[in-house]
Amino acid sequence: MDKFTSIQSKVVVLNIENIDTDQIIGSDHLKITDKKGLGEHLFADWRYLENAQPNPDFVLNQADNASSQVLVAGDNFGCGSSREHAPWALLDFGIKVVISSSIADIFSNNAFKNGLLPIKVSKQQHDFLLAHLGDEISIDLQNQRISCADQPLSFEVEAFSRYCLLNGLEQLDFLLGQMPQIEQYEKKYSKEPV
Amino acid sequence: MVATLFEKVWDQHCVCQETEETPAVLYIDTHLIHEVTSPQAFQMLRDNNLKLRRPDRTFATCDHSTPTTKPNSLGEYQFFGEQEKNQVEQLKKNCAEFSVPLYELGNQKQGIVHVIGPERGITQPGQTIVCGDSHTSTHGAFGALAFGIGTSEVGYTFATQCILQRKPKTFGIEINGALSSGVTAKDIILAIIRQIGIGGATGHVIEYFGSTIDELSMDERMTICNMSIEAGAKAGMIAPDQTTFDFLEGKEFVPKGKDWDIAVSGWKELYTDDGAQFDRRILIDASKIEPMITYGTNPQMGIKIGEVIPSNNETQALKYMGLEEQQNLSGKSVDVVFIGSCTNSRISDLREAAKIFKDRKVAQHVRALIVPGSHEIKQQAENEGIANVFISAGAEWREPGCSMCLGMNGDIIQDKQFCVSTSNRNFEGRQGKGGRTLLASPLTAAAAAVTGRVTDPRELLARNDAITEAREHG
Repeated sequence: MDKFTSIQSKVVVLNIENIDTDQIIGSDHLKITDKKGLGEHLFADWRYLENAQPNPDFVLNQADNASSQVLVAGDNFGCGSSREHAPWALLDFGIKVVISSSIADIFSNNAFKNGLLPIKVSKQQHDFLLAHLGDEISIDLQNQRISCADQPLSFEVEAFSRYCLLNGLEQLDFLLGQMPQIEQYEKKYSKEPV
Repeated sequence: MVATLFEKVWDQHCVCQETEETPAVLYIDTHLIHEVTSPQAFQMLRDNNLKLRRPDRTFATCDHSTPTTKPNSLGEYQFFGEQEKNQVEQLKKNCAEFSVPLYELGNQKQGIVHVIGPERGITQPGQTIVCGDSHTSTHGAFGALAFGIGTSEVGYTFATQCILQRKPKTFGIEINGALSSGVTAKDIILAIIRQIGIGGATGHVIEYFGSTIDELSMDERMTICNMSIEAGAKAGMIAPDQTTFDFLEGKEFVPKGKDWDIAVSGWKELYTDDGAQFDRRILIDASKIEPMITYGTNPQMGIKIGEVIPSNNETQALKYMGLEEQQNLSGKSVDVVFIGSCTNSRISDLREAAKIFKDRKVAQHVRALIVPGSHEIKQQAENEGIANVFISAGAEWREPGCSMCLGMNGDIIQDKQFCVSTSNRNFEGRQGKGGRTLLASPLTAAAAAVTGRVTDPRELLARNDAITEAREHG
């Protein structure tokens, strides 16, 4: 996995609460057996009109925002289904950071493992960021700082996920390193293969 | 030291406890997989030249992309398209390559993953259970710690039988009192989600307890735990009791004879100790719950069936639904009724629905689709005569699968159609692009099917009672 240190980008704002993973990537697109090409279908029901043309009113279709890497979304982003296709679709589209006042547990877990940084901010910070569509933002994971419109903000992030992102490490490798303890546990609790 | 049910199960499965730097290494007893969220995880094993460590703790079925129509005379299933067929075939190949037992299409033990786990006794109290599916919370009804994971974690579980987790907080929901007639487990959970909100339990494991829960069957407890995720919860749990043990005894995968007695005595220790504290706690009076129905685009947007849609500034949701604030849903014409899904496709759900369908017909403008959760349930419903009640009423009686809950297999509703559904999510487009889902219990769904409108099922149940009484008194 690539190292994640800092990002500079414009902010794209999707101020809708409870954006669920069905909305991020519809179940029509879960029929693949790889991870490819999902960006095209990100937010498809909102992004495309009935004739399959881009909806000019949808924020990600507007030229100024199409290359944004930082998405600020309404409260409780990523609720619903456990589909990892949701972070795959966001990353494939070019989004590298999602910020909200609350982010669903499974989505958050899935995002970290793919190099997408989910950031939970306070209500006050959230309100501030929601008002800065199109402004430059920088995210510094090492120092856990956001800077937007000359305003510095700090954020909390789970320590291990941060460490893995900063160093480009796969969480799987850490788990594989625990194998002696895992085998010991299985022995202790009689959970070995019969 | 006193502990909650969750803490007892958690502690028993920590290979390494969490520290400030690292999450806990949590051992997984049972890993359930299906065709949609597993292919990339199998590929991860191949890419890293890894083995699937514990095929004996891994169980596979196909349910999401599978057709619910019968196979043709040659035994061939008619998939919606090539992608769906390919996904199911891929699962079969992957399971063969990595020696994972698979309940494949056509197998009499196949069904929705969260239905067959308990049905086969794969699900047991005190276990940790994961599956690449958010409704894995269902299995918590047995006092297991069960939750949905993403495909990366499916791969980690394949490779190590463990995942990395931060310890969630706990949320006690105490529910006391008797349920009124016509009120079901589905109404309880919809009422809870309405109260605490769709993100209300994020970061928490819910434990449900109280006199109402004690009286519920395992099917009903599963309905409640199933929708814990719709309040954002990591998992939902209910302490195992005699109802749990009676349900499990004799099932295929549970211990037998003396081992059964040993297992039960261990399971009896799985409860929240007196004095153990939840991080958060609420109390619910079950006698105040009435049949619920949703009007919006997430499961917290629910009302008692006779209430009007509240004025909550849910403009986008109401626009999508074609509904208005202060509108009464009762009497609203519906196009489709779906009875099924991991929430409400078990035998007791079908028995409830059959009470309404019996001696009635599906309204002429309504398509009613009834999809049992497993072959075993389908067979049982046919043996009990329930299937015939549905078929005589004019409903479609299908093969088991997830079906119209998320419409991956082609069972979908059309743009702007209203569907009263016993499933778990009313998200935009969930049951088909532009489709409008009203979540409700099997009783309420059946009532909509036979009247063609949103109807309080208690009206029809009362008529049933009146007819029975008239017959009894000649």
